[in-house]
Amino acid sequence: MSAGRADADSAARAVTDRVRGIRVLEAGPRALLVELDSGEDAEAFHAELLRRRAAGELPAVREIVPGARTVLLDGVEDRTLAGRMPSWTVPPLSRGAGEAVEIPVVYDGPDLADVAEAWGVAVDEVPRIHARAEFRVAFCGFAPGFAYLTGLPAHLSVERRATPRTRVPAGALALAGPYTGVYPRTSPGGWQIIGRMPGPDALWDPGREPAALLGPGARVRFVPTGVTG
Amino acid sequence: MSPAIEVVRAGALTTVQDAGRTGWAHLGVPRAGALDEPARRLANRLVGNAPEAAVLETTLTGCAVRVTGTRPVYAVVGGAGCRVTVDGRPAAWGAPVRVPPGAVLEAGPAVHGLRGYLAFAGGLEPEPVLGSRSADLLSGLGPPVLRDGDRLPLGRPGGAPRADTVPWPGAPAELVLPLHRGPRDGWFTEEALRTLTTAGYRVSERSNRIGLRTEGPALRRVRDGELPSEGMVLGAVQVPPDGLPVVFLNDHPTTGGYPVVGVVAEAALAGAAQAAPGTPVRFVEA
Repeated sequence: MSAGRADADSAARAVTDRVRGIRVLEAGPRALLVELDSGEDAEAFHAELLRRRAAGELPAVREIVPGARTVLLDGVEDRTLAGRMPSWTVPPLSRGAGEAVEIPVVYDGPDLADVAEAWGVAVDEVPRIHARAEFRVAFCGFAPGFAYLTGLPAHLSVERRATPRTRVPAGALALAGPYTGVYPRTSPGGWQIIGRMPGPDALWDPGREPAALLGPGARVRFVPTGVTG
Repeated sequence: MSPAIEVVRAGALTTVQDAGRTGWAHLGVPRAGALDEPARRLANRLVGNAPEAAVLETTLTGCAVRVTGTRPVYAVVGGAGCRVTVDGRPAAWGAPVRVPPGAVLEAGPAVHGLRGYLAFAGGLEPEPVLGSRSADLLSGLGPPVLRDGDRLPLGRPGGAPRADTVPWPGAPAELVLPLHRGPRDGWFTEEALRTLTTAGYRVSERSNRIGLRTEGPALRRVRDGELPSEGMVLGAVQVPPDGLPVVFLNDHPTTGGYPVVGVVAEAALAGAAQAAPGTPVRFVEA
């Protein structure tokens, strides 16, 4: 194959294998909300922002806050950034890169049966299916250190509980929509609880660096343990 | 004995606040910090503190604190207008006041405005969390809401207190909030957008450090449902299903699923901090 042909191939790949549809919305005079076509693209765009910031290629931005399909840039001094971002070449998300954080989990949650029914599987299949998936922190919110994890196939999305619980214990492993989350502390919540993480204090410790065990972009695996009680 | 203050009367809601906890929104950490940031800075300047020093933020009913230690401490009560006393004797509002050791500095109930700021020479120095001493009432980070008997250490005084008289902005009789449209103005009907910038609203009693809630005409949407969670900025005007705009203040959640019709510029939020329930609110095109 000639060098010219190889270049054409890689150029063609560059056109197809990149994030498209980067829309920039203004969120007041100092913030930009970048909207992508999918959660996957938003994660890829967020990774690209962090790469550019680490390389010193991003103008000063106070906060970079990923969302489900967006990334918010707050405290943007250089307004020309808005015009430039849509033409960035953003490589697709490479899952499987980097070390995964392993979270021990006991699959004994009160909503296992409801989730099994929603998935159309036997109750004891739920832990197997869930633990097999490879997760990634798409974004954080709700409470410090609460991570919205993606990685379950789309057809395994579940509804929130019709009536939220007034008290979900710290460490509860729960599902809502396409997301998996682990409650860093006791709080109200409407997610379907399928298990619990022993020692949930590890999720959030403001005296530690980093304070959050699961920050945006982190890879995560759930490891079933025999711990009971 | 190292200098400190002891809380004699905590008041309705008194917290420690500095410039806030920025840089952690991606982990779900609200920024917190003084709602009336210019008042916090001015109070610090008048007692010779660095701008980042932590102060007390009071709500409506003021508070009283005793100065402990062996030396007098200079303090300034500013923000909401109120009666100031030292051991019961009238003292200056909005200017440095000398508080001898053992004496009680009292900021009385607000006569205009809502939130008072008490700066002490040396600054309040409870343990910082993620680089800030601000209390965050949404997530509970930082020092807890003050209670009677609490003790807060003071740092070393920096410069000398300033004797100059400075103008403090008064509390707004009407709160005018310049609004930058978007990012989700497209979720609302044209009529709703017109209503927002022409109708009169009032500050709701359900307002707090998380948001200034309003009462007035509900805004109709062209789309139902919730947005996929997205990042929220300070000053965002979020519209929950009841259609009544909420202006996000410093303890706002970092992400949310209700559409943001517009964003109020930060400079206008100091007025929002001082607008008592019932104050008329007008959103105007920025």
